Amino acid sequence: MSVDAETGRANRRSRILGDLQGGRNIAVAVASTVVFFAVVVLVVVNSAGWPEVRKAFFDRQLFTDSFPEIARAFLLNVRIFCIAEVVILVAALGIAVLRGLPGPVLFPFRLLAVVYTDLFRGIPTILVIYILGFGAPALQLSGVPNSPFFWGVTALVLVYSAYVAEVYRAGIESVHPSQEAAARSLGLSHAKTLRFVIIPQAVRRVIPPLLNDFIGLQKDSALVALIGPIEAFRQSQIDVAATFNYTPYLATALLFLLLTIPLARLTDWLVARDRRRQSAGGAR
Amino acid sequence: MSTNEAALRLEGVRKSFGSVEVLRGVDLDVGEHEVVCLIGASGSGKSTLLRCVNLLERIDAGRIFLLGEEIAHGVDANKVRRRVGIVFQAFNLFPHMTVLRNVTLAPTKALGKHRAEAEAEAMALLERFGLADKRHEYPDRLSGGQQQRVAIVRALAMRPDLMLLDEVTSALDPELVAEVLNVIQELAEAGMTMVIATHEMSFARDTADRVCFLDAGRILEQGPPEEIFTRPREPRTQQFLERIIAAGRL
Repeated sequence: MSVDAETGRANRRSRILGDLQGGRNIAVAVASTVVFFAVVVLVVVNSAGWPEVRKAFFDRQLFTDSFPEIARAFLLNVRIFCIAEVVILVAALGIAVLRGLPGPVLFPFRLLAVVYTDLFRGIPTILVIYILGFGAPALQLSGVPNSPFFWGVTALVLVYSAYVAEVYRAGIESVHPSQEAAARSLGLSHAKTLRFVIIPQAVRRVIPPLLNDFIGLQKDSALVALIGPIEAFRQSQIDVAATFNYTPYLATALLFLLLTIPLARLTDWLVARDRRRQSAGGAR
Repeated sequence: MSTNEAALRLEGVRKSFGSVEVLRGVDLDVGEHEVVCLIGASGSGKSTLLRCVNLLERIDAGRIFLLGEEIAHGVDANKVRRRVGIVFQAFNLFPHMTVLRNVTLAPTKALGKHRAEAEAEAMALLERFGLADKRHEYPDRLSGGQQQRVAIVRALAMRPDLMLLDEVTSALDPELVAEVLNVIQELAEAGMTMVIATHEMSFARDTADRVCFLDAGRILEQGPPEEIFTRPREPRTQQFLERIIAAGRL
């Protein structure tokens, strides 16, 4: 047990740091990192255009001035992807289940699921946002909001549900058929077998790739700006247009990184943990 | 034996996978409280026969009766399966559930029993087979023998009319085989109707009321164990038993 924990810790460390055993290796790694980045910084800072770039991108005063406003606008991004993520988690599972329905009678549903995923994985996200954002309100559907926010979120949900449905499907197919046989042999229906036996196991396995898709979604929330809503990217564009200085873009990038990097690290950590469990023979 | 007396009756059961005919007209009667062991080489159709009775595989031709009621055609398979327990070679426990939840899942979700009632019944069964202290463990924390005993309890929790055991000791380390066979022995003594596919010949000899020798998808020969094991009529049965004896399994 303690041996497993030992190797587990070692593995986790090695995810980022490579094989760092012993003080000497660590010293070498630190030294080479310092030298590498020192060279990069020196090259950039000594380039001919650096003073101009510095003025255009790294204006401290502009950064502190624009940051609060952009951060406030970023809350709209957070709202966009939070709402979208919840809807996607449910909708994508529905699509994945449709695609796995048994029997010839239910073929139309399977077909529908296949066509849907092919369609929305095939069209660039930006086009879906444009088509829905400018097209759908023109239909003047009663009872449906006409705000660009609504249609922007809808577009992201449509596109990402297609991806996430495929992730779910891979998870469902990775559960061994003997699990289904065991559940069905006890008299559980297909639906209950899925709900209590297959999907709980499948979801556990696909959490890392799922989070990976959500990193993509969080970034793509900026695309909604193209049909109107003033989120972080749009706000920074406005600031840039007012000052002819690109520093606000950097502030926006920083805000996105603050959310996506922790998520990326969490994903890596979950993958590493799963690998440890598998190599330890655990199936939980 | 009339249809009414048999717990299970198979008439001319046929099953093919693609172009391979695995069952080629199987007739079998199993009386209530009877223990029937199916023996035969790998690929002779033992497992397929059991899976057909549980309706995990649909038969191509023939009829299957459970307590006189035809089950192979036009019946809700889920209802039939609730009355026919099956235990697999590879245990197939649900890895994301505790032992107790493995056992109570089908009684609560398929039979609609209340959780408290299902858990009380499950605990009684787990206690009977010495697994009560494992109720909160996950399957991967149990030995193979314990896992297989839980799988048997899981099937028993549905209070089946009939139990099908598909080479339940084949995946176990030799020292774990006995604990599982003891459980089956106990079930036999308690009067459970069972059809058991097995390679454990001495177990079949001691426990079975009747032994059926399957060969190439047919029941070639059947009778009381002492007859089959000591005076087999068919040359194929003799050959099979000679190989088993040579392998030191009888």
